[in-house]
Amino acid sequence: MWFPRLASDRILRTQPTDAPFALTLRQDNTDRLYCLNARAGEQGLHRGMAYADARAFCPALQSRPADPSADLRFQHALARWASRYCPWVGLEGTDGLVLNVSGSAHLFGGEAAMLTDMRRRLNRMGLSVRTGLAGTRGAAWALARFDGGTAEPDRILERIGGLPVAALRLEKQAVTALQRLGIRHVADLASLPRASVTRRFGPDVILRLDQALGEQPEEISPLPIRPNFGVRMTLPEPVGLKADVMAGAARLLDQLCTRLRQQEMGAWILCLTLHRVDRNSRKIEVRLARPLRDPARLLPLFERGVDQMDAGFGIDGLRLEATQVETLPAQQIGRASVARNERLDDLVTRIGNRIGLENIQRFLPAESHIPERSYLIAPAAYSEADGSWGTLRPRPVRLFPPEPIDGTASRPPREFRWRRMLLTTGHTRGPERIAPEWWLDDSNWRSGLRDYWQVDTRQGRRLWLFHTPQNPGWFVQGEFA
Amino acid sequence: METAFASCFPLRAARSHEVFGPGATAFAMFSAASAAGEVLWISEKWRSEQIFPPGFRRFTDPERILLVRTAGQADSLMVAEESLRSGAAPLVIAELSRPLSLTTGRRLQLAAKAGESTLLSIIPEGMGSNAAETRWYCAPLFAPGDSTLQRWQLIKNKSGTSGMWDIGWDAEARRVIVVSKAGQRPDSQDAAD
Repeated sequence: MWFPRLASDRILRTQPTDAPFALTLRQDNTDRLYCLNARAGEQGLHRGMAYADARAFCPALQSRPADPSADLRFQHALARWASRYCPWVGLEGTDGLVLNVSGSAHLFGGEAAMLTDMRRRLNRMGLSVRTGLAGTRGAAWALARFDGGTAEPDRILERIGGLPVAALRLEKQAVTALQRLGIRHVADLASLPRASVTRRFGPDVILRLDQALGEQPEEISPLPIRPNFGVRMTLPEPVGLKADVMAGAARLLDQLCTRLRQQEMGAWILCLTLHRVDRNSRKIEVRLARPLRDPARLLPLFERGVDQMDAGFGIDGLRLEATQVETLPAQQIGRASVARNERLDDLVTRIGNRIGLENIQRFLPAESHIPERSYLIAPAAYSEADGSWGTLRPRPVRLFPPEPIDGTASRPPREFRWRRMLLTTGHTRGPERIAPEWWLDDSNWRSGLRDYWQVDTRQGRRLWLFHTPQNPGWFVQGEFA
Repeated sequence: METAFASCFPLRAARSHEVFGPGATAFAMFSAASAAGEVLWISEKWRSEQIFPPGFRRFTDPERILLVRTAGQADSLMVAEESLRSGAAPLVIAELSRPLSLTTGRRLQLAAKAGESTLLSIIPEGMGSNAAETRWYCAPLFAPGDSTLQRWQLIKNKSGTSGMWDIGWDAEARRVIVVSKAGQRPDSQDAAD
């Protein structure tokens, strides 16, 4: 299938116009025509023409900027649509589709009827299309672009022999070179000795010819089928009770979880959309601490959202989608510790949905001598516990930003005032020197080296003090148990 | 009749307890060490003073502790109640900054009972609720040779009398040891001020 005007047809489907219409794309600092409709073509415009020239030729030209990525999405959508004819659908360039209909044509009443059906449906969608059907991909391409029609498997050369050499999907230079030598048609090329053609033009020309004639195989790579984890339910009568909505959600969850189990996937984020009678919709999003596919554990998570929702005049449609999924292979069940962890995960999910999953954190060890950087804090939902805490020197239980105290000497002060308390030093251990990490610029460590002391005060509190010899001063940074 | 230390520590399960004073963090850490399973530590986001894993790993494994940072006391209480009710973590430690009303305290106590997990609130002095099972005042004690000595006073106990103990930490066995009953030591008068 070839869509000669895919990009402009896509726009014109929603905004039909009789006037000449073109899409422009900025290339090399000039706006050039990217795609145009039939009226614009009749006016003598062509692709790749500068937009300014086109305006001069045809003052009534309407134009829009082109969006190649949207065109690609549209092409993918068409490929999905085309899978109604056969499962083997691939993309062909930027404006075509290739279908392997062998074995499925009879379902539509034969090849000719199938092609007519395709054309009729696509024309009704507002797309101009040209089709070609042949035993090989190359021949079908040639027919779709240059002739339109069907070629029987054993008469391919007869059918495409009269077409120009450009129908063989050759490079532009090769086509020009062939035409210069007077080889204008496919049949001329096929009658030449193969060795000299390869010597003159490289292996590509013969390869393309062979592919078109079916002497070399050529595969169609179909688009991957992306499993869709969304289920919906339409209700004949609107409902407003919480229990009814939850019952609907339970049914959807069952379907979704079955689908997830078949694909061995688990959901990270679930989104329940409730469509109201007044055409408004409400969304309830549930983020999970672990990928899950157990309906019994998932259902209670929607309760709070459904509770807070305003049903308006009633809800007549539900849609449940797993917007983010991850592989979740089947696991052995039955160990007590597994059940325990699941309860904790459920708890983290429930709390996380109210205060944010990133606010539930766990500690992970980090490689650094700097106290503030000797551990990491990671969201519990997205990290695994890691137990390799190296043996370190005694460290305080609580750490806080350094609080200055009086004193400049290199030994801990005998008496000092901290947090409006007068403390007397009883017993000291130290110093332990920690140098800043010069490869990281940390504003807290601008004062240079630190000599850390453990100070037991006579009042009881055991503090972690440090002295900065390069910039004399004393600070309290932590408290021991 | 005197209450035996073993009858009130480790903390009675499925109850709500309160602790305050300069040694409250140490008390919480010692309780975490004696609890089984994961421990939820709920504290408010604005606090710059944080528990420091390389330090408390002497008492308990940092991977057992899940830190929940909340926006304020209301969130902390909500999280505490929810996690107590689910019973997934046997010990929940909540750092609170504002007074607890009797209703709130009772609610937490009921949640603890429902989920069979223990709540330990670290409260500012004098801001506890009467619904708590026990309330402790903890302060570190100066002793030249020992760097973990604490004085724990049980000042409220719903099912027993109060008491006062001097406590040390046995690093090898990872458990709390009673050094001596306070009041029997010769220097108890000036240390208890």
